[in-house]
Amino acid sequence: MAEATASLSSAAQPAAPSFGDRMFQALTSRLVIIVPYLWLLLFFLIPFVIVFRISLSQTAIAMPPYTPVFSLQDGLAAFFDQLRELNFDNYVWLTEDPLYFNAYVSSVWIAAVSTFFALLVGYPVAYGMARAPAAWRPTLLMLVILPFWTSFLIRVYAWMGILKPEGLLNQLLLSLNVIDTPLLIMNTHTAIFIGIVYSYLPFMILPLYSALEKMDYSLIEAAQDLGCTPISAFWKITFPLSLPGVIAGCMLVFIPAVGEFVIPDLLGGSQTLMIGKTLWNEFFANRDWPVSSAVAVILLLLLIVPIMIFQFAQARAQEQGR
Amino acid sequence: MKSLGSIRRSFAPWNDPSAKPYISFENVTKVFGDFTAVDNLTLHIYEREFFALLGGSGSGKSTLLRMLAGFDEPTKGRILLDGQDLRGIPPYKRPLNMMFQSYALFPHMTVESNIGFGLKQEGVPKAEIEARVAEMLKLVKLEQFGKRKPHQLSGGQRQRVALARAVAKRPKVLLLDEPLGALDKKLREETQFELMDLQQSLGLTFVIVTHDQEEAMTMADRIAILDKGNLMQVATPAEIYEAPASRFVANFVGNVNMFEGTVAAREAATARITGASGAQILVENAGDAAAGNTVAFAVRPEKIKVSSKRPEGTVNAMQGEVYDLAYLGDMTVYHVRLDDGQVVKASALNSSRVTDDPLTWNDRAWISFQPDAGVVLTR
Ligand SMILES: Nc1ncnc2c1ncn2[C@@H]1O[C@H](COP(=O)(O)OP(=O)(O)OP(=O)(O)O)[C@@H](O)[C@H]1O
Ligand SMILES: [Mg+2]
Repeated sequence: MAEATASLSSAAQPAAPSFGDRMFQALTSRLVIIVPYLWLLLFFLIPFVIVFRISLSQTAIAMPPYTPVFSLQDGLAAFFDQLRELNFDNYVWLTEDPLYFNAYVSSVWIAAVSTFFALLVGYPVAYGMARAPAAWRPTLLMLVILPFWTSFLIRVYAWMGILKPEGLLNQLLLSLNVIDTPLLIMNTHTAIFIGIVYSYLPFMILPLYSALEKMDYSLIEAAQDLGCTPISAFWKITFPLSLPGVIAGCMLVFIPAVGEFVIPDLLGGSQTLMIGKTLWNEFFANRDWPVSSAVAVILLLLLIVPIMIFQFAQARAQEQGR
Repeated sequence: MKSLGSIRRSFAPWNDPSAKPYISFENVTKVFGDFTAVDNLTLHIYEREFFALLGGSGSGKSTLLRMLAGFDEPTKGRILLDGQDLRGIPPYKRPLNMMFQSYALFPHMTVESNIGFGLKQEGVPKAEIEARVAEMLKLVKLEQFGKRKPHQLSGGQRQRVALARAVAKRPKVLLLDEPLGALDKKLREETQFELMDLQQSLGLTFVIVTHDQEEAMTMADRIAILDKGNLMQVATPAEIYEAPASRFVANFVGNVNMFEGTVAAREAATARITGASGAQILVENAGDAAAGNTVAFAVRPEKIKVSSKRPEGTVNAMQGEVYDLAYLGDMTVYHVRLDDGQVVKASALNSSRVTDDPLTWNDRAWISFQPDAGVVLTR
């Protein structure tokens, strides 16, 4: 049997490929795998190493504003001397000032609450889109992506116009006599939640939609046939099957929301504490590059956990062939 | 018409005027947009019957089943189950279960959870569910596969899980949409008999959809032939085969030879039919065909005899030439081109090893058949 297959395959390929050809094939197939790694190396790992190195330095009133600055002209001995100057003082500093700890906690909390609301709003939208007549779906998808065509900053400014005490929302509610004193939403956490949910909603909707859209509707029918009401069929079938989409959507909202600084800065006012804003202040207001780098490194380490969860969920979804 | 009887068993509530149908479609019409998928159809199915819906692709079989299960409502007409109008009753309250054409197994659950799903939904105690699931796994011979997920099974195994899941709740009626489509021939035949056993031992009513006529003939007590949303005939397999009601049914089920012509004379049950070329056929069981009607006399290949000489004492004999011949071991199939151009199929059982009348390609040959060998079709 094995012989038969062997002769068959050699018959199908009359001339064995030359060594050069095979090398070329191996190289091209390697290349395809190498490209994303190269990308990561260039645009993630190298910048990270630079940031990490700055986080181990000391501030200085200089250009750039930290020491030591490695220079190839100084020779190897000077390099090793400078290497010894690097230390973890900035990280120790982060633990000493409660500001940073509070900023991290508050960022994670704000991001988590926002993600929850984004899921709450995004799920029904994605579900409705996935169940809409097939002809409408491209249009609906388009509508979800449409806000990206306007600058993010302008859209956040627009929310300031809506949410401020004399803004559109309050004017509307006052004129409808729903309220008699303006709501104070601007410069509160609520404003940040609204801003984040609004800005990141497409990142929630898209993975949810793709998970829900490829779900076979006959599964729901089968569940109903076996005695499920539509609601219990949703919780037992639809929701568990959309979990990869839920996790992907939550991570795509949560991860950038933790580091978000434009929204808390513009909508949250001065008293909101978020790590992205702290980082921005350290970097631009204090010009303390080493400390802000340390803040960034810790932020990244914090986010590795959710990123791993995301990876794991993706891998599992792929493995299940869905 | 002579009674053809049921070969299978003496179960024929449809012949009993006092028997009450268990499932009734009454003037059911289903329209999708401007397309009529089921057209004013009336059909009765009896308790414990094994009923097959047979028809080509798009003939409305699945639509009928889906209306019965409650996933679609009829546009017009009503469906009764045990005398109760099903309109407005949601699928989860109907005492019937369906095995889906696409299986619709829950991909995130193990085989066991899939099978136990309906029982769990019903609130059956856990120990009982486990026992029933084990019993079902044994029934479909998947004992070792209980802990697997559907994507870890072969197509045939998935199909058996789908079957086990549909049967686990012991529904009064089991609806099966092309249950054996993905199985290979051998497994398919085995499963057909298993399904029949299951239906007998559990005393269930089965409504099975198929487009495989052999499958329908093997399993069903009665078969409904559908075409473009219309019911063409409802009868036992033997009646469908031996006494098709129309040209469509005769052509749809098995092979058939059609002798087209007009009724020249009619006398009691006997009629004389004149073909286009002037050939005369004498037939019995002429049914309601009156003189002057355009009719077809449908004769199955195995009822036609092929010989080199004109057989003695046969009224219906025509001459032609052997145009094709296939030796299949147990029988030989002849294609004889008659002198008027019609090609007639005849099959002869090879009951002895040597034939005294060997015929081969391009030989002149006679075909002959008895006056009661076929049926007269007016439609
Ligand atoms: N939801 C629907 N919307 C529009 N047309 C439909 C719908 N469901 C079925 N049809 C049409 O109704 C007709 C009958 O469909 P049905 O699924 O009942 O066919 P079937 O006999 O089961 O065919 P098959 O053997 O291919 O499964 C088909 O022409 C189909 O296109
Ligand atoms: Mg179908």
